[in-house]
Amino acid sequence: MSLDAGCCPNGHLSCPPHPRCPECGEPQPETVDLADEAATVVTWTTSYATPPGVREPNTLAIVEFEEHDVRLLGQVDGDVEIGDRVEPTYTEELRDPEAGIREPASQAWDGYRFSPS
Amino acid sequence: MTDVAIIGASMTQFGERGGWVCDLLAEAATDCLDDTGVRADALDHLYVSNMASGEFEGQTGVPNALAHDIGALGAYTQRVDQTSSSGGAGIYAAWQSIASGASDLTLLVGGEKMTHRTTGEATDVIASLTHPAEYKHGVTLPSFAGLTARAYLDQYDAPREALAEVAVKNHANGVDNPHAQFRKEIDRETALDSPLVADPLRLYDFCPITDGSAALLFCPVDVAEEYTDDYVRVAGVAGATDTHVVHERPDPTRMNGVVKSGERAFEQAGLAPEDVDVAELHDMFTILEFLQYEDLGFARKGHAWEDAMDGTTARDGDLPINTSGGLKSKGHPLGASGVAQGYEIYQQLTGQAGKRQVDAEVGLACNVGGFGNCVTTAIFEVGA
Repeated sequence: MSLDAGCCPNGHLSCPPHPRCPECGEPQPETVDLADEAATVVTWTTSYATPPGVREPNTLAIVEFEEHDVRLLGQVDGDVEIGDRVEPTYTEELRDPEAGIREPASQAWDGYRFSPS
Repeated sequence: MTDVAIIGASMTQFGERGGWVCDLLAEAATDCLDDTGVRADALDHLYVSNMASGEFEGQTGVPNALAHDIGALGAYTQRVDQTSSSGGAGIYAAWQSIASGASDLTLLVGGEKMTHRTTGEATDVIASLTHPAEYKHGVTLPSFAGLTARAYLDQYDAPREALAEVAVKNHANGVDNPHAQFRKEIDRETALDSPLVADPLRLYDFCPITDGSAALLFCPVDVAEEYTDDYVRVAGVAGATDTHVVHERPDPTRMNGVVKSGERAFEQAGLAPEDVDVAELHDMFTILEFLQYEDLGFARKGHAWEDAMDGTTARDGDLPINTSGGLKSKGHPLGASGVAQGYEIYQQLTGQAGKRQVDAEVGLACNVGGFGNCVTTAIFEVGA
């Protein structure tokens, strides 16, 4: 399992990757795996009104990786505050793919939650 | 380019409505045409702003259905979908049709039928605009608002009460709007004590789920007086995009789509933020009123909350914001909202806003799609 950020020749990162770097328009031929990297909480919320197939409540955070200039949004296990250190934890199914409006086969449903380090 | 006028405007009752999307669209369309004394068969172009009629009720092809229902057969039709900013994008499309000379008479109708769905289902339809990397985490538009509000309060040391003040103000304005979904004043404590929805935001920080429709009628300025004395001029209108993936923005409290669309609209109009007398901002969530107020240049970054607290943005303040009640109390039928913003500014600039009337010659409407993903800003001036 990996948590891949796309990387362009100019060193810009984006997670998720895009066909072209959003910052400079170059392709992103390389990836950087963030699965074992520590990150810091930029902001968080706990949602108490979630759509079908999503856990309730659902705590979410935007985090910034410490060693790389890249941010990511993800579910959180446990309690966090702004500035807390977290690390990614692999989860097989983040929400029930069959319950929502999106075609289950159209995307991945596994991924990484963040837990306080 | 041809100078563009709006010569008629209408909106239906917003709220939980009977009928379906085509019924609502036809109601706003015929009201607007009848009020202006224009026959539907005179329309060159007919635009429909709508986000998700297929997803909500399984009805697609609504522009053609509307043309048939109102007797506008032969008109060029087009659906405009830009999620929550479909209405603003419709104003842009309608303006473009007249400005380019392609049409001499264009009707724009925005509408959405949503309330037959549960809150969870409706939230999921809207959340389907997110990137797969966001959607799989169960992110919703309200949770983006919670994330952003926490960052804003933390970054600018703003009091939580300031967000409640936006809800209090917009509910007070909605009392005098006969078309609003909610016509009930609330106090600050009610907002602050309401149930948590997306921490730190509570129930009263969010707009409701709404059915409704609104319409605007466009023609060249030089023939506007053949139709009516009550017309406004589209002084500037522009759109812009920001990232699709919300967390890829360097500052969660800045919406670049608002900044860029605002700058472009002001430049086209030859006007500046201090020239604006009244504005409708996209307060789908209370925090969004602050972000747009700052990103359009009405206050420095991090200071909008002060203008909410001291009454500057109240109806009797220096810059009244959301005299209609905003999305907060008027309701937010996705595709209709941007058109209904235009309706409110039209009413204000033509002196037809009744108890909501403020002294205004220049009005602005900012319509935000996604979570700032795609934005349209329009500036209107009194016509004659």
